Amino acid sequence: MVYAVVLAARDKRIDWTVLGAVGIVEVGLITQLVVGIAQYAGTDRDVSGPFFIGYLIGSLIILPIGAFWALAESSRWGAGALAIACLVIPIVELRLHDLWAV
Amino acid sequence: MTDPAATKHGPGRILIAVYGVFALAATARAGVQIATKFGDAPIAYLLSAVAAVIYCAATFALAKATVVSRKVATAAIAIELAGVIAIGAFSYAVPDDFPDATVWSHFGQGYGFVPLVLPVLGLLWLRRTR
Repeated sequence: MVYAVVLAARDKRIDWTVLGAVGIVEVGLITQLVVGIAQYAGTDRDVSGPFFIGYLIGSLIILPIGAFWALAESSRWGAGALAIACLVIPIVELRLHDLWAV
Repeated sequence: MTDPAATKHGPGRILIAVYGVFALAATARAGVQIATKFGDAPIAYLLSAVAAVIYCAATFALAKATVVSRKVATAAIAIELAGVIAIGAFSYAVPDDFPDATVWSHFGQGYGFVPLVLPVLGLLWLRRTR
């Protein structure tokens, strides 16, 4: 899902389709935060709490800021800026996965 | 002289977005490191904090795009370039002093060497929009 957004946002001007997709991902991230905290509270695995929760919370603010920044520039560079923000999400997901796997 | 606001438009938009990501990542990383295990590697974590401040300064200065803020951005990015080269070299030369990674260790290897490329692009962009 996240990769689809990245591909969609690339070389495109910002339109409602992209913004809608970003919104859906954001809802997914909020869900992930809630589920993640619940799982962290219930696990006996040696997961680094501050980093894990930090990434969960940090992931929430990336897309709104990226979208705000991209909307102020109605050209392909605006869409590119949003694509950067979207690209960060899979990186955050990978880090979360690594933190959980430790 | 061109309009200083040109700094934040066009490709600058993407440059600032990347800077924003690093400002956020470096700040969060330094914050967690200092809050949870400062005693383990105080030098590395203080450098993380310095890097975070510089990324934040560069991001805001580039985004503000005034005549003054461009000078602030130039200074911040120059320090950033010097920092990544110095810390990168030191982390190879005396690895014992860097038990835990900073953003700039090993020339930003942990971040796909983006920290090494970013200041060069930043300075080129500031020069181009001068």
